[in-house]
Amino acid sequence: MLRETGSAQAALADASFQELCRRAYRFMLLARLAEDKLASLYRAGKIHGGVFLGRGQEALSVAGAMALRPGDIYAPLIRDAAGRLAFGEPLIDLFRTYLGSRLGPMRGRDGNVHRGDPRRGYLAMISHLGAMIAVVNGALFARRYRGQTGVVGLASLGDGGTSTGAFHEGINQAAVERLPLVLVIANNQYAYSTPTSRQFACKDLADKAPGYGVEAHRVDGTDLLACLTCLHEAVSRARAGGGPQLVVAQLLRLSGHGEHDDGAYMDPRLRELPLGRDCLPLAEKQLLQRGYVTTEELHRWRSEAQQTVESTAARVQQEPAPDPLLEDWCALSCRDMAEAPHGWESLAPGAKPGALV
Amino acid sequence: MSITYLEAIRAAQARALAEDPRVFIYGQDVGAFGGAFKATKNLAREFPGRVIDAPISEDAIVGFAVGAAIEGLRPIVEMQFADFSSVAFNQIVNQAATLYWRTGVPCPIVIRLPSGGTSGSGPFHSQSLEAVYAHFPGLVVVTPATVEDAYSLLLESVALDDPVIFCEHKFLYYHLKADSLPTEALPLGKARIAREGRDLTVVAYSAMVHEALAAAEELQAEGWELEVVDLRSVKPLDTDTVMASVARTGRLLCVGEAWPWGGVTAEVVARVVSEGLSLLDAPPQRLNAKDTPIPYHPNLWAAHRPTARTIAVAARQLLQL
Repeated sequence: MLRETGSAQAALADASFQELCRRAYRFMLLARLAEDKLASLYRAGKIHGGVFLGRGQEALSVAGAMALRPGDIYAPLIRDAAGRLAFGEPLIDLFRTYLGSRLGPMRGRDGNVHRGDPRRGYLAMISHLGAMIAVVNGALFARRYRGQTGVVGLASLGDGGTSTGAFHEGINQAAVERLPLVLVIANNQYAYSTPTSRQFACKDLADKAPGYGVEAHRVDGTDLLACLTCLHEAVSRARAGGGPQLVVAQLLRLSGHGEHDDGAYMDPRLRELPLGRDCLPLAEKQLLQRGYVTTEELHRWRSEAQQTVESTAARVQQEPAPDPLLEDWCALSCRDMAEAPHGWESLAPGAKPGALV
Repeated sequence: MSITYLEAIRAAQARALAEDPRVFIYGQDVGAFGGAFKATKNLAREFPGRVIDAPISEDAIVGFAVGAAIEGLRPIVEMQFADFSSVAFNQIVNQAATLYWRTGVPCPIVIRLPSGGTSGSGPFHSQSLEAVYAHFPGLVVVTPATVEDAYSLLLESVALDDPVIFCEHKFLYYHLKADSLPTEALPLGKARIAREGRDLTVVAYSAMVHEALAAAEELQAEGWELEVVDLRSVKPLDTDTVMASVARTGRLLCVGEAWPWGGVTAEVVARVVSEGLSLLDAPPQRLNAKDTPIPYHPNLWAAHRPTARTIAVAARQLLQL
């Protein structure tokens, strides 16, 4: 059942593959530059809470989202800025959510990587790892229930997330229901500070797939062309009725867990391995070698992307913050089911109980 | 013809399935087997493809329901026992309960929890978890005490656009009977005066309503008139009806089958004291289960939870204060 993927030869014959690679690279680049900007805003103290980068994981992330079609379900995780952009998230939503703009999709109620547009199949992750898999399953079930075929749902996870009960329950559930789920594991060698040796004892995470009756794919997560080919194949098989697909990519987290973390615990020798390569310059090299782009184009794209990032960040920094006085402080959509505030809870936000005395 | 509390739950689900094509049922053994308590008996046959057996994966069951709800369906999840919902705790309190507030997308799911103690069920098939779920914003927690409410509140829960924890009491499943299904009902969120009285208010919900009514009957022989308030839902909690009752009686006893620390009875007392201290002629009292896991043996079990007898004892003491 295991599918070794890594060769892009078959797909290379297709002229549209060139265009796919060019678009994919531009999303990777935009994500990288946007996240570099986030890191600098973080260092400048402009961001509340943490900043979590997908540096080194852009190729895998973008490949997953680009294998999807409009109408598919997408459940990205913390290191998926590139995939989010490729799935159609406006860049401004990234900055608005990190900076807590009132105009953002989460309105300051949730931040950083916790953003989405569930009505359009773009699920907003919770922090608990593995928890989005079953949600994708349910969304896929709903599509099938309504008679809609040819839909795929893709969920992202890391090596650490595979240790959760939710991962086991979710992938097993997808297999039992034979749902078109593509579960992409970015094995970036660390879950926060914990190396894979303290996370699992199997030789390869892809080996878990047959135990669930699920097809497995292995891919070099640093290689954009390999990722595009592999994810295209996995998504196609799910779409064609092949049941859930588990994709396991080898790569390295090229940052700390978040920007508060320098990753000093990471083994420097990993950087010397093929999995330690930075996917972005590697993709540039691949695209140039194949004649898919020119050096001039790369320069122009970078400068355009940089300008977009700077102007978007500048615009969002001018936007209004959420106002507690304008909040309805109601967690229910049915307002008549919400309890009236009682006691001193009814005080205006920001007021001190002492004001009554 | 008479109908039991359990049959009312089955009938409500049958009606929801019949009237709304978005409704489906998902849970362990709910399909051809009809559920551990037969609350979905024959429904899989009557509604093919809409009553679906799940693997023993409570977390994934609720996550699945949330995903289906996002896509516009209205899932009813049957937990085999309320106790096992702790395995789904993350999906309930972090996924389902936060979805609307975070994203603006409502989460219309109903999670049925066969709740409460029955003799011989022990620590892991007897729990009452309404207080745990009521603690979390974004959830509605319903606790029907009557056949009529089991039916009408379940239908109302399915129609609601928010996640509902539906605590149905196993002790009432077979014993409690009504002549027919209701044609009209109090709305969800309104408490009910189950018995009128002038001397003392007993606030209860779920199976404890019947224990309270039996205690009221016992005290009537002694000349006391107990008023029994059935909360029907613990969240929203109908504080107005409770306060109005306390204003009439001046005395408050709150009874819950759940554990004593915090919880529904503590919440009721806190609200009455902070907003209606002057209405009280005596310190308000609470009666809950003992602060241990729920015992197996009938002798221990009967002594663990409040009963008509202990409610009567507590009421007599409170009436002397």
